[in-house]
Amino acid sequence: MTQQSSLGVALGAHRRLAETFRQEYSRVLSVLVGELREFELAEDALSDAMAAAAERWPIDGMPREPAGWLLAVARRRAIDRLRRVGTERRKAPLLIVPDATTPALSEPDDIPDERLRLLCTACHPALSQQAQVALTLRVVGGLTTIEIARAFLVSETTMGQRISRAKRKIRDAGIPYAVPDAAELPPRLAGVRAVVYLIFNEGHTATAGARLQRVELQQEAIRLASLLHERLPDDLENAGLLALLLLTAARSPARVRRGGPVPLSEQDRGLWNRDQIARGLALVANGLSRQVVGPYMLQAAIAGVHAEAPRYDATDWARIIALYDLLIGSAEDPVLRLNRAVARMELGDLGAALSDVESLTTALAGFSHFHAARAEILLRLGRTSDAVQALDTAIAQTDNQPLRHELISRRAAL
Amino acid sequence: MRYLLLIAEEEGVRSHWSQEDQQADMARWFAFTNDLQQAGAFVDGVALNESSSATTVRVQDGDTLTTDGPFAETKEIINGYYLIEVDDLDTAISWAARIPTIGAVEVRPVLELDAPEGS
Repeated sequence: MTQQSSLGVALGAHRRLAETFRQEYSRVLSVLVGELREFELAEDALSDAMAAAAERWPIDGMPREPAGWLLAVARRRAIDRLRRVGTERRKAPLLIVPDATTPALSEPDDIPDERLRLLCTACHPALSQQAQVALTLRVVGGLTTIEIARAFLVSETTMGQRISRAKRKIRDAGIPYAVPDAAELPPRLAGVRAVVYLIFNEGHTATAGARLQRVELQQEAIRLASLLHERLPDDLENAGLLALLLLTAARSPARVRRGGPVPLSEQDRGLWNRDQIARGLALVANGLSRQVVGPYMLQAAIAGVHAEAPRYDATDWARIIALYDLLIGSAEDPVLRLNRAVARMELGDLGAALSDVESLTTALAGFSHFHAARAEILLRLGRTSDAVQALDTAIAQTDNQPLRHELISRRAAL
Repeated sequence: MRYLLLIAEEEGVRSHWSQEDQQADMARWFAFTNDLQQAGAFVDGVALNESSSATTVRVQDGDTLTTDGPFAETKEIINGYYLIEVDDLDTAISWAARIPTIGAVEVRPVLELDAPEGS
């Protein structure tokens, strides 16, 4: 009994520790990278500090400022590491930091938040998008290389190489550790949002593998979007992205039943996360009151219409179609057209829905979801054998196993 | 940092332009070079003669082999460069984006080698 409860206490403490590390990791790292002008040294020094914390905190108690404690210890450990290797290693060029500060050894009361620098550097357009995603999860998300490798179904070695190549390019090409100036910032932020959205999407519908969704990647993307919105609240697309991710993630608990996917029409809406919905809807209400509404905010507004509907058949499809019209006007994208066609189908406009969908054949022929949507329209039109054929194509084109099984059982029911 | 801005363009396009357009093009290049110099970023820069005048030289087993033409027969060929000295890649990219080329620019950092001891 005593053993069990002390184990419980230890587990609780361990969880609190892991949570604190996760919260503070990128904030501390963002300061260290700026001071030490090197990713590896900063990361090594921070893991030294976390190891020390894991030893000391359970005995001494959690410090009042965990981030300050970690930063102070990491700075000392970095100096130790530099002394050990001597001047030999100083051959490698350092990161370019426009307003570099020298490390202060005193414990700071107020740690600057440099995470935006970290995010802008990791998502620099001179890196491939694949590298941007990996590096963002590593240095801003604080995920381990193994965790990232698992999330993207590649080996740890491959992911490790991808991340270290990205760091080398940053150093060798002279990518500055900086937030771009006001003129350069808007296009760069669009790139950052694209990376965050990509991370979320991989968590929402995994490209391949045994699980439909990876909630931990969704949560990580929400954390990143919150960071963007928190630091740059005037950029409405940051708010739009955060709202979209919250409103989409809110449905996650209802999207899977017994390992299989549950379509929106059959989800138990009682399982939806009301807290995330409330936060998302508040952001949308504020966003739609502005003059200019961007594509992320419009998509969030569409997700908001679903969130507000008490039942699937009570969805305001006309409003969804109107929002898609605005969205397609601002961002031409065949997937958006497909979604609008589905909304038209739900409104009962089957002929228009089918001709919309068929006009997208060239663009979306390799996309499983396209064939599944086409099958549904054909089915409602009573063209069962065409629907079966479309479902076969949809099945052949997805590597996500739960999705595959769902499509196969849908086909069997015809 | 020093960066080489390598300019690759499709050849012969300008020769189809009117004399007026060619003169305006020249003026843009001079203006760009002047801006680089004014900003203190200019180190060096040249325009190259057309690729039909190129000779590729390779030494194999002590023999010098020469072939007519550039490295590779591609649609876009290198026809000039700027060597610039700026703070970072973002600044280099913003200069590269201002080059009045009809093709593309490769931005390459110069590999800075340490001077040998005692030199």
